[in-house]
Amino acid sequence: MKRYLNYYLSMMRLSVLEQWQYPLANYFYMIGMIAEPVIYMVVWSTVAEEQGGMVGGYTPGAFAAYYIVWTLVRQMNIAFTPYGWERRIRNGRLSMSLLRPMHPLHEDIAFFAGWKVVMIISWLPIALILSLIFKPELNPTLLEVIVFFFAIWMTYLIRTLTLSLIGMVTFWTTRVSALFELYFALELILSGRLVPLALMPEWAQQLAWFFPFRWTFGFPIETLIGQMTTQELLIGLGMQLAWIIFCAVVLNIVWKFAIQRFSAVGG
Amino acid sequence: MTSAISLQKLSKHYQVPEREAGLKAAAKGLLKRHYKLIKAVDEISFEIQPGEVVGFLGPNGAGKTTTLKMLSGLLHPTSGFASVLGFEPARRSHDFLRQITLVMGNRNQLSWDLPALDSFDLQRAIYNIPNEEFKKTRDEFIELLELKDLVQKPVRNLSLGERMKMEIVGALLHRPKILFLDEPTLGLDITMQKRIRAFVAEYNKRYGATVLLTSHYMADVEALCKRIIVIHHGKLLFDGNLSQLADKFSAFKTIGFTLDNPTADLSQFGEIVSTDGSRIVMRVPKEKTSAVTSSLLNDLAVDDLTVEATPIEDVIESVFAVKKEAVV
Repeated sequence: MKRYLNYYLSMMRLSVLEQWQYPLANYFYMIGMIAEPVIYMVVWSTVAEEQGGMVGGYTPGAFAAYYIVWTLVRQMNIAFTPYGWERRIRNGRLSMSLLRPMHPLHEDIAFFAGWKVVMIISWLPIALILSLIFKPELNPTLLEVIVFFFAIWMTYLIRTLTLSLIGMVTFWTTRVSALFELYFALELILSGRLVPLALMPEWAQQLAWFFPFRWTFGFPIETLIGQMTTQELLIGLGMQLAWIIFCAVVLNIVWKFAIQRFSAVGG
Repeated sequence: MTSAISLQKLSKHYQVPEREAGLKAAAKGLLKRHYKLIKAVDEISFEIQPGEVVGFLGPNGAGKTTTLKMLSGLLHPTSGFASVLGFEPARRSHDFLRQITLVMGNRNQLSWDLPALDSFDLQRAIYNIPNEEFKKTRDEFIELLELKDLVQKPVRNLSLGERMKMEIVGALLHRPKILFLDEPTLGLDITMQKRIRAFVAEYNKRYGATVLLTSHYMADVEALCKRIIVIHHGKLLFDGNLSQLADKFSAFKTIGFTLDNPTADLSQFGEIVSTDGSRIVMRVPKEKTSAVTSSLLNDLAVDDLTVEATPIEDVIESVFAVKKEAVV
């Protein structure tokens, strides 16, 4: 355990050092990413104002809170994509990772965890500016803040594991982009990324319970914007944990087959 | 003594899809794919004792890298068995991976944007190397490879040779007992090649490590390896020392001499390889060496006569020229 902790801290440190080499590039990247929720926020706030100040229980201030928290959750659920798996198999970097006495997944998790530290620090002034402009209604309790803290890290783990599972398809076919696009489309609709799930039809809300997407986007946002009871908060954390365990077990099984198929192409 | 590395009829076969060029063939391929069986490595067996430095030679596509990948646990063999330090590599146990390293001349594990020292520290964490031991090994290697002025520069600012030296340090910080070196001097200048060779020799001496080395530079092999294993078309072609290889595969010897009258007809003695003024180098069948030498000394005014074995590069070239059908 101590060994892994030591590794995670070293890898996160390396990642932070790498990101500090390119602060401006990171900022541009983040500004590009923030354009998406700002568009959603403006559109939904306008709709709310036109409908008498509220849509599906959301006021413009609630939308602002939702989409500003969205920007942080989005930073947290960024993970190593299936494209990354495809690329590292092709360029031989996976071979290098496989030579280490550690599962390559630890490398991914630790590296992006370090990356997030830099991104969150960079995010703070942007969140402040967005708050000054859009005036979010955000008054979380201490419990909600604590749940949010755990929820965003579990969000990161779920997304890392699910994307890694898709990435591992690369061991069977070197073109995994089609599958990723399908995942991405479902995620957009069923996660709360495009629109809060509360505004979706009932059937879509029911369906979202059975996919991992809601637990990587909508749920952590909802924990902070004050829409959930204590019981719902705990159930949500339980669902996240269940998805982590489920994905880890499946990933472990798939990995055993995948590694036997690995032909170490290009390296 | 228990072998450090042992291979018994180890094979790696691939099913590779193939089709003719063109749209029609591509459409046909959608319905029915044709596969070709490629025997990258075909039932090779050998043993390497602890502390040995062995050259693993073969032309491109012979199966060298595939074998190294199987021995380092990257590839699962199709059949046969491999054992490295008593471990089955394909199981990739962490205890096994902690004791080996694979260095590939065209690969990098160091962070491109940071000084190598930062990446070395990550190696410490990966292999759980105690701090004191890590610093001692790191500083020792930095001194041996003369890297002191370079370790604080970002890796992207280093030359190819400097990067390669850093890669080697990174790959050996955990003091592996087995080194698989795949073209470690690829693309480097002569000075850099020599330094890396000297470092590998010193590492082997200090830590008693077993080394299996592939290289297309015969100077690497001659400087480091007493024993060589030649693989060709996936089959083991030769296992022995360098001089035995020359005996087996070279049917010629080289006779060099200086002649007072370089215009004399020498075709009856053997094949002229080169002439440089009055200095002539000739290639003759091995069994005729004594007879040709006597004739040259008796019939012509010859000075400074030397008889040498064929250069190892030429021997290897003749080995690599062996056709697939001839390798059984």
